[in-house]
Amino acid sequence: MPEKVLLRYEDVALDLVRIDPYIADGGYAAARTALTTMTPEQLIALVKESNLRGRGGAGFPTGLKWSFVPKNTGKPTYLLCNADESEPGTFKDRQIIESDPHQLIEGMIIASYAIGCHDAYIYIRGEFARGHDVLLAAVAEAEAKGFLGEHAFGANFALRIHVHRGAGAYICGEETGLIESLEGKRAYPRIKPPFPAVHGLFGCPTIVNNVETLACVKQIVGRGAAWFRSIGPETGPGPKLYCVSGHVQRPGVYELPMGTTLREIIEVHAGGMLAGRKLKAVIPGGSSVPILTAAEIDVAMDFDSVAKAGSMLGSAGIIVMDDSTDMVGALRTIAHFYHHESCGQCTPCREGTGWLEKILDRIDAGEGTDADIAKLDSVASGMLGTTICVLADAAAMPVQSFLKKFGQEFRDKVKGDRAIVAA
Amino acid sequence: MAKVTINGREVQVPDGTNIVKAAELFDIEIPHYCYHPGLSVAGNCRMCLVDIRALSSKQTAPLPKLQIACNTAVQDGMVVETDNEKVRQARKSVLEFLLINHPIDCPICDQAGECKLQEYYMDYGRYSSRFPLGDKVDKRKVLPIGPDVMLDQERCILCTRCVRFLDEVTETHDLTITQRGDHSELTLAAGAWVDNSYAANVVDICPVGALTSRDFRFKARVWYLDATPSVCIGCATGCNIDVYSRRGEIYRLKPRPNPEVNGYWMCDFGRTTFLENGHPDRARASLLREDGRFVEAPAEHVAGRAASALAQAKRVGVAVSATVNLEEAFLLSEISSHLGDGPRIIVSPRVSAVPDDGRLISTDRFPNRRGLRALGFVEAEAFLEGCDGVLVARADVAGASSGAGADISTTWRTALEAAVAVVVLNDRVSETTAYADHFVAIASHFEGEGSFVNAGGKLQLASTAISPPGEAVEGWRALAALLAGLGGARYPSHREVVEGILDRLRATDPAITAAAPS
Repeated sequence: MPEKVLLRYEDVALDLVRIDPYIADGGYAAARTALTTMTPEQLIALVKESNLRGRGGAGFPTGLKWSFVPKNTGKPTYLLCNADESEPGTFKDRQIIESDPHQLIEGMIIASYAIGCHDAYIYIRGEFARGHDVLLAAVAEAEAKGFLGEHAFGANFALRIHVHRGAGAYICGEETGLIESLEGKRAYPRIKPPFPAVHGLFGCPTIVNNVETLACVKQIVGRGAAWFRSIGPETGPGPKLYCVSGHVQRPGVYELPMGTTLREIIEVHAGGMLAGRKLKAVIPGGSSVPILTAAEIDVAMDFDSVAKAGSMLGSAGIIVMDDSTDMVGALRTIAHFYHHESCGQCTPCREGTGWLEKILDRIDAGEGTDADIAKLDSVASGMLGTTICVLADAAAMPVQSFLKKFGQEFRDKVKGDRAIVAA
Repeated sequence: MAKVTINGREVQVPDGTNIVKAAELFDIEIPHYCYHPGLSVAGNCRMCLVDIRALSSKQTAPLPKLQIACNTAVQDGMVVETDNEKVRQARKSVLEFLLINHPIDCPICDQAGECKLQEYYMDYGRYSSRFPLGDKVDKRKVLPIGPDVMLDQERCILCTRCVRFLDEVTETHDLTITQRGDHSELTLAAGAWVDNSYAANVVDICPVGALTSRDFRFKARVWYLDATPSVCIGCATGCNIDVYSRRGEIYRLKPRPNPEVNGYWMCDFGRTTFLENGHPDRARASLLREDGRFVEAPAEHVAGRAASALAQAKRVGVAVSATVNLEEAFLLSEISSHLGDGPRIIVSPRVSAVPDDGRLISTDRFPNRRGLRALGFVEAEAFLEGCDGVLVARADVAGASSGAGADISTTWRTALEAAVAVVVLNDRVSETTAYADHFVAIASHFEGEGSFVNAGGKLQLASTAISPPGEAVEGWRALAALLAGLGGARYPSHREVVEGILDRLRATDPAITAAAPS
């Protein structure tokens, strides 16, 4: 088993408030080094050198994103930590927040210094009540130690971290929706351009990074870019948290080198399928990405390899389905989620998500027709790539991939047959 | 300027223009709902998706996704396709999405005939419905949300034009969107009511039948109405308008865009100015006083007799309200010159109770004060001192409706009784009519051609929307007859009246400019 870095303390019984053991274990040394011995430019260069790619789902190079912040605008720059983890099947950020909040805060201090931010926000999902409490306590501890405040680490650098709890909407995890929500408005994603790096929170330059990304930043400064690059593939390396849920022996979050195969994650780390069950399908990166069949799990779980296999690493939310799974029902559940969570701003998503669910309801109830199956596919086509944010794509991609790979079950159901036989 | 290729045609477009406008310059329509040139870009309807084959001369690779034309500014070297298969498919699909939950109640919808859902369906849709009626999301209908605005949530396509108008133009924030997804609905903000001075503009900018005018609802099918370009006479701003009429009756006024005057809007008061037009007191016939009684007579005959009467007076004064148009004012000043250049006064009070609001509503509630001043008319509150001949146009000097104080009306009445010749021209029978010995029934503002100079010095022409009632004639015709009766120059047509009028205005007020003909 490789060394755990991001989840170093997940099995350690520490008190909720625990900055002292964190410091005793070498915590905050990386932030101190960054603020007292490095320039922001050096930090950006270091993160670029590490090839860190964002862990929120899109996999955008973090160092490059930071370098988009314009200089000397006369406006404040903001760092927003996206902790609105809401993609079904994804629960890694919560694990970091609850087991190691100081790792996140340390990463935020470093990132803030790199981009010149003096007020950073953690936007935490509304349902994460415990995580919210943990973060408030941890921020208070860091302030008490002088790691936050007017002179963080005694350096000439002021930083405050604000914890903002959302109200439970998936769309608030979309970065511009998050910004709108933080401004006190309805979380309607913004049209781009302008991009947040130039025109973000309150119209100011803004960087939005995922929790796991910021945790990686801490580790890169502490252990070096070469160490980071030594783990997994060159084009997107580092330790990675995989969230495994579904019909496996040991569901949970697993920290493994980027690029570990899906088969190894399921069969070795998650303990394989439930007794007597056979693998049928896997969604590798959260409910929005195309589904893979049992025959496709030898894929390495990194950004490029999963993309090559026709799906996406996304948030690394691995949803494992065994042979008792009714694919029509599974897709209907997914469709219900996106219908419920569509913000309603763009026409194709607002109308399409509901339409998809209604068709699936009909097919699932045995009242569908062949035309309904064709309709599912064309409605999804009309949604793909036509909206402000990618929620429409998130709703459409599963539909098309389920139909492509498990179309027979849909056809069987419109005939009124039972599609699957439970083992 | 940027060199842009739209549908294979190379054109020059000012930098920063968005693709919707750029295409419009070359008569290429890019359908859109949420985009409105007077509002911020929302980009939510997705109807204006276009295929960008090259972003600029530096980035020549096609963009993988279709882009919304409203939020994409042209760049030099840009190549855009607005009508290829990919775009057509996307449009059709967006339109289908818009219509699945739409009630399609066109037969009972007031917007029918000027509805962008109908228009674009015919242009870009033409498919058979694939959505069962029973699946439609039900929302609320017939919701009054203001004195003149009715909301139908089912018809609403959530383009947020109205929300943005109330946020950005009136800054009253009366409407908002609540709920999510296909349950999203347009609704009043807590405690709000769409009753600001510009509220009815939301009806105009609503591209569908979600917001309709409570005044206009169910009065006429819009395809029966004729639109005539005109100018609002509600105040000195002179908003450009279209007068919608049918068979001699006016049904509604709507703003006509003019970036130099009113942008895209007009105020709600301006919209009501046509209601006076059908007033029961409208003057339908010209009158001569014979043996103390009025008898009807043709307008030109009355005008000729009026000329003789005024010629008998020792000193003739002219009193007008600032609603007389330039044509009338010009002829009145010619008449005044012929009769010895007596006083020419404007009786309209300068300030109204409604404050200038920094948008379109002027404190001066009259449309032509600046033009009248340029023609030598001066404001006066008092009567025409020492005049025994009086020519009054479009002013109820003896009544309360002039807006002047009661004391002044009393002074006027006494003076009018003492005068040897009182000639009155108006489109209404008023208290002043009773003091006239010659009364000419003239056309209202909507019933004849007339020019006005607004507060900003812009000379604008209003066209004839409908015919005057009864025997009423255009004011300039009556005054031209009167002038001819005095032996003055002859003005047989409107063109001859207005010819040279701009030069005359500019001789005293050089800042006056002519608006481009509409």
